[in-house]
Formats: sequence, structure tokens, C-alpha cells
Amino acid sequence: MQVPYTVHTRSDTGLYNAKLGIWLFLSSEVMLFGALFSSYILLRVGADTWPHGYEHLNIPLGTVNTAVLITSSVTMVMAWASLMMKDFAKYRSYLGATILLAIVFLVIKGFEYAAKFEHGLYPSTSTYFGIYFTLTGLHALHIIGGIVVNAYLWGPGSKMWKTDPERFTHRIEIAGLYWHFVDIVWIFLFPMLYLL
Amino acid sequence: MSEAHTLEDVKQQVRRYVLVFVALLALTIVTVTISYFHLSVVPAIIVALFVASIKGTLVASYFMHLISERKLVFFVLILTGVFFLALMTLPVLHHADRGVV
Repeated sequence: MQVPYTVHTRSDTGLYNAKLGIWLFLSSEVMLFGALFSSYILLRVGADTWPHGYEHLNIPLGTVNTAVLITSSVTMVMAWASLMMKDFAKYRSYLGATILLAIVFLVIKGFEYAAKFEHGLYPSTSTYFGIYFTLTGLHALHIIGGIVVNAYLWGPGSKMWKTDPERFTHRIEIAGLYWHFVDIVWIFLFPMLYLL
Repeated sequence: MSEAHTLEDVKQQVRRYVLVFVALLALTIVTVTISYFHLSVVPAIIVALFVASIKGTLVASYFMHLISERKLVFFVLILTGVFFLALMTLPVLHHADRGVV
């Protein structure tokens, strides 16, 4: 039995099923990060003193990582646009760039974590570092998830382009929606943890 | 995206993506530059979240194509937004109840 509405839109929703599915998933993700943001506010407002992020974290590295993630969002949407323009070679270049940029983000984050550990700063050190490692760690896990999905769509999953190009283009759009969400989360995490 | 797109539509969108990209990088520089002024906590939070909201809106509108999305997606997002705001209000209410805020 074939999965219905993978290409064509349903008349009742006006969307293909995966599109509605990803938006519902992203809504649950908003609540997941929302719970942690809420905890951050609760802890920060309730604390007698709270360190400024810029006193403990490396702002230049955080800024570079922000630029890296924004760039990866552009390359992701360009991968989708390339498929819309029937240019598979460009699609692979752009998606490959997205994957590489995501790895660069994780490597930089790894250097930041290593520097903290070298200075004896762990999640157990303070409430601030507890929430810092929790939020950035959860975000990093989302980056890893994105890399795995994008790597599949770059490699073995891209065979679908030959058999069902429209469905494959939809898959890239869905993967892109997830990736842009991860970018938006970082756009809020960066000032919240590093700059305030 | 909600509608079928011609090649010319997509090319026009690509030009838009580049503009949004430049705007996002510029806004990142703005956020970081403002942070070096070391404003007091409340104005610093307001400014940082304001700039982050603009950046988030740009990504959602153009890269996630919300600008041309179907009503059902907005319904899902509005419902999520209501619960998200409730979640953000809880800690403030908690502290107001304790007379902290």
C-alpha cells in the first residue's frame, strides 16, 4: 500500500502530509525548548546574583558559530531551490555545504566545551553553567540529528531524485524546515546565554 | 510552500534569500556590538530579544516560506504560540506571587 499524499496536497488541509507532520513536530519542539527557556527565566529571576554570559563565554567564537549556522540555513534553502530549478549537481553542492557547516558548528562548540572543562567549569559548577550546558547540549543534539538526516538525503536517499523527483524535493523542503528551526533556536540562545 | 512555482519565481526567491542572509549577518553584528555597551539587565534583554525576534521572523518568513503558507500551518503555530506564552508567563507569575517582581 502506498503512503498517501506524499506529493499531492490534501483537499481538506491544503498541504501534503509530511508538511503538516513537520509543523506539528516543530510545534512540539517549540514546547520542548520553551520549557527550558521558562526554566532559565525562573532560575535567573529567582537568583540573587547571575553571571553575565560575556564574563564566562567566548563571544567571538559564539558570533562565528552564529554566522556559520545562518550560512548553513541559506545553503539549505538553496539546496531546495536548486531542486526546484532541476539542478541536481547544485543541490548536492549546497546540501554538502550545509552538512560541512553543521560539522564546523559542532567543532567550534567542542572547542568551547573543552575550554570550559579545562577551567573546571562543568554543568554542576553553578546554575548558570547547568542551564548553559543543558540548552547548548540539547541544541547540539538537534544539530547532530540534522546532519544524519541531511547526510542520508545527500547520499543514499538522493536516489529518489531519479524515480520520484517531486517527492524528493518535498523531502528536502521538510528537512530544511527542521534545519531552519534549529537555526532560529540558536538565534535566541546566542544572546540569551552569551550576551546578557 | 503552498503553491506551484515557476522557474522565474524560484530565481526571484533566490535573490531574496541572499538579501535575507545579508540582513541576518548585519543584525548579528548589531546584537554583538550592542552587548559591548553593557546596558543594564532590562534594556539589554529587551534589545537582544527584539533583534533576535526580527532575525527569527526573517528566517521563518523567507527560509521556511511562512510568508506564503497555508492557513492550517498558521493555526498550528498560533495554538503553539499561546501555550508557549503561557509557559513563559509561569515563572513571572511565580515570582510576582512571592512578591519578588
